[in-house]
Amino acid sequence: MSLLELRGVTKRFGGLQAVGGMTFTIEKGEILGLIGPNGAGKTTIFNLINGFLTPTEGEILFKGELINGLKPFQVCRRGLARTFQVVKPLARLTVLENVMVSAFSRTDHRNEASRIALEATAFTEMEAWRDRLAGSLPLGMRKRLEMARALATRPDLLLLDENFAGLNPAEVEKTITIVRKIHASGVTILIIEHNMRVIMSISQRLLCVCYGEKISEGSPAEVANDPRVIEAYLGAAHA
Amino acid sequence: MSPQVAGQIELLGQVLISGILLGGLYALIGLGMSLIMGVMKIINLAHGELMMVAMYITYGMFTLWKVDPYVSLLVVCPAMFLLGIAIQKFLITPVMNADSVLPQNQVLLTVGIGLVLSNLALLLFTANYRSVPVSYASKTIYWDVKAGGQTISLSFSYPFLVAFGIAVFLGAALFLFLGMTDTGRMIRATAQDKRAASLLGINTKRITYITFGLGAALVGAAGALLDPVYYLYPQIGGPFTSKAFVITVLGGLGNIPGAVLGGLVLGLAESLGSVYVSLGYKDAFGFIIFVLVLIFLPKGLLGKGRA
Amino acid sequence: MTKSLAAALLSVAALALLPLFVSNTYVLHMLVMVLLWVLLGQSWNLLGGYTGQVSYGHAAFFGVGAYTTAIMVKSGLSPAMAWWGLLLGGILAALVGSVLGWICFRLRGPYFSLSILALSEVLRLIAVNWKDLTNGAEGILYIPAFNSKAAYYWIILALAAVSFLTIRAVMRSKFGFYFLAIREDQDCAESLGINTTKYKLYSLLISAFFTGVAGSFYMNYMGFIDPGIVFSLPDISIMMILCTMLGGAATMEGPAVGAVLYILMSEAFRVFLKSGHLLFFGILIIVIIIFFPQGIVGTLRERWAGRRLRAASPGISKEVA
Repeated sequence: MSLLELRGVTKRFGGLQAVGGMTFTIEKGEILGLIGPNGAGKTTIFNLINGFLTPTEGEILFKGELINGLKPFQVCRRGLARTFQVVKPLARLTVLENVMVSAFSRTDHRNEASRIALEATAFTEMEAWRDRLAGSLPLGMRKRLEMARALATRPDLLLLDENFAGLNPAEVEKTITIVRKIHASGVTILIIEHNMRVIMSISQRLLCVCYGEKISEGSPAEVANDPRVIEAYLGAAHA
Repeated sequence: MSPQVAGQIELLGQVLISGILLGGLYALIGLGMSLIMGVMKIINLAHGELMMVAMYITYGMFTLWKVDPYVSLLVVCPAMFLLGIAIQKFLITPVMNADSVLPQNQVLLTVGIGLVLSNLALLLFTANYRSVPVSYASKTIYWDVKAGGQTISLSFSYPFLVAFGIAVFLGAALFLFLGMTDTGRMIRATAQDKRAASLLGINTKRITYITFGLGAALVGAAGALLDPVYYLYPQIGGPFTSKAFVITVLGGLGNIPGAVLGGLVLGLAESLGSVYVSLGYKDAFGFIIFVLVLIFLPKGLLGKGRA
Repeated sequence: MTKSLAAALLSVAALALLPLFVSNTYVLHMLVMVLLWVLLGQSWNLLGGYTGQVSYGHAAFFGVGAYTTAIMVKSGLSPAMAWWGLLLGGILAALVGSVLGWICFRLRGPYFSLSILALSEVLRLIAVNWKDLTNGAEGILYIPAFNSKAAYYWIILALAAVSFLTIRAVMRSKFGFYFLAIREDQDCAESLGINTTKYKLYSLLISAFFTGVAGSFYMNYMGFIDPGIVFSLPDISIMMILCTMLGGAATMEGPAVGAVLYILMSEAFRVFLKSGHLLFFGILIIVIIIFFPQGIVGTLRERWAGRRLRAASPGISKEVA
């Protein structure tokens, strides 16, 4: 059984099809990269998986159970966490409080929540920032807070939405290390990323979408050399 | 047709007529609110109080100089326009982007403005009910319809009819203004996307001033038109603020044509409800419709608006 | 026991001794009113300040609490029995709250605020029109149970203290974290595993319960109510917001500070301005929003902490870290 399976998932807004017939699986323990030009529907796929949107057609199975139609908090409690491309810090709470909020999805006790939060902030190397208000963090740290919060919900599958965008080279390196560490701790990862160097080095498998449809799937090298992918990014002339 | 049936038809006709005439005035109130809602994305909870101010200006001009309320529109509208600009410029704009724990500070601010206006009026004019005793206050025009051997006699209140006519005229003028002039187009652009509008070189701050001014002028006109047919007292604004937001939601938030429809629907609902259901619950109908529409038709009756 | 809790309990103990030294009934009446508004401000603050759901309709819960007690007496119970209305009024207010919340929490932000305002006005109209139950606009009058102001003072002090400790405990638990998360970003809260509708409802239930208790106390104390008093938008709903804002929304001390100032000013304005006393509160709302959006406590904390935004954080992480 795959950890996550999408079967013919389609999402239409009015007459506009944002995602069409999306079918793919993620096996436990892998890192799957999701790439595609701007507006290809990548974040919409995340919103469909995590329950912000309900598919017009198709089925989404997580751990073999149908999850489309569930609310985001229900999906989260089943062990599926996500980060946001447009970061959403709980601005007037400190970093630690932010992470504690998500830790409470696994425990009702404050001490236990703070223990999980301390662990998650240590894991993402944010110890020095714990008492800062989330609203006052620089962008790099906000992106990392997204990961710490997602981790504190103890997910089996983590959806990372452009966690590298806007980071400087040093931060990119640091984040790659953290993502690898997360993966090594047994979390399966689905990642959206524009930085090709990052995605090629992290992912074990790549999936390229364009206009809401899957145009290529395979090993990073295969996908990167797929003429359809090159066409999608650079236009027909380069294919 | 039996006389009883004819009587029923006459009553219904009469109720519909007064509902529509009242609805015309409500539409004017709603237009102002909807305009402000569309551009600023805030709910102006001082809207009824602005109308109250206009009513007192009209009242003052009539009592001091015997100026007819319809003539005083020429003073009331510009005065309210300026008051609206001042409120937007000096009070609302400064807090538009202020950081605060409580969300919707601007809405709360308009509550404060409303309290100030109504209590100023209370200090200046006392709580007494006042009226503008124009000669035509109870003048009525009759229209007899012959059907099925019975005569159905319908009456139209003259001041309501005039008010309806002026409301239609002002509404049409607003549409032309928004559609045909540069400033009007800039207002629409700002309502659609403020950031994009300002990137295109539109002075969106100035547009918000003008918008609030226009909204105040429109509700001010409604106030002046109401004077001949309504009592006025300092607390009259509150219920009309409620009516204004009911209308705005009925029409779809920020939807200008929708506000006209919303006004008519509310006028009819009140008129029908007070005759056929209960006078005491007249004001409750608006609120209940309001909540139902918000929940089941969040985009208003026309299904547009709230971009 | 933490320092802040000890301080709170000490102040309650000190306040409890006050009637032994103060016998002036006017002063005692003022103290009762202050504590009543502490209770009201705290209740509103839980939903509005901490959970970010700005309600313009809390008069509904106050009115339900007050009418519960009034109708108990009207239907034959003795005024002494009417004290059970504190509990019953609170419970009924919470029930009404759950219905209103079920309807209004489908909406967000200002639409929530307006819809709850609209429904509280509907309740007011029902209280005016359902004459068999409420006596309509004439109101309900009876002679209260106690003559001594001190008795009322101790009761309302106990109620305010209980609500303070309850809300404090709530805000330090999982519930508190969830409320704050909902205030800061509902979508984010939802994706972090929070059933936002459920937790908003919890916050409303607690808030409505204490507001209903306050309403019931008001009836027991004043002995007279009418729909225009207890279901009033400006005098109850808006003033609850003002109290909280003035002291500092989303702080534990804010509503108390706000209540003291509100009652002092309210008395002063009533004396000098008579009917137009709300004028100054209108001006005050405008001044606070423009110049002190964090309220008195919030602004002071900001000064001391020297950090922006600090005021609104519960400051829990320092204790646990």
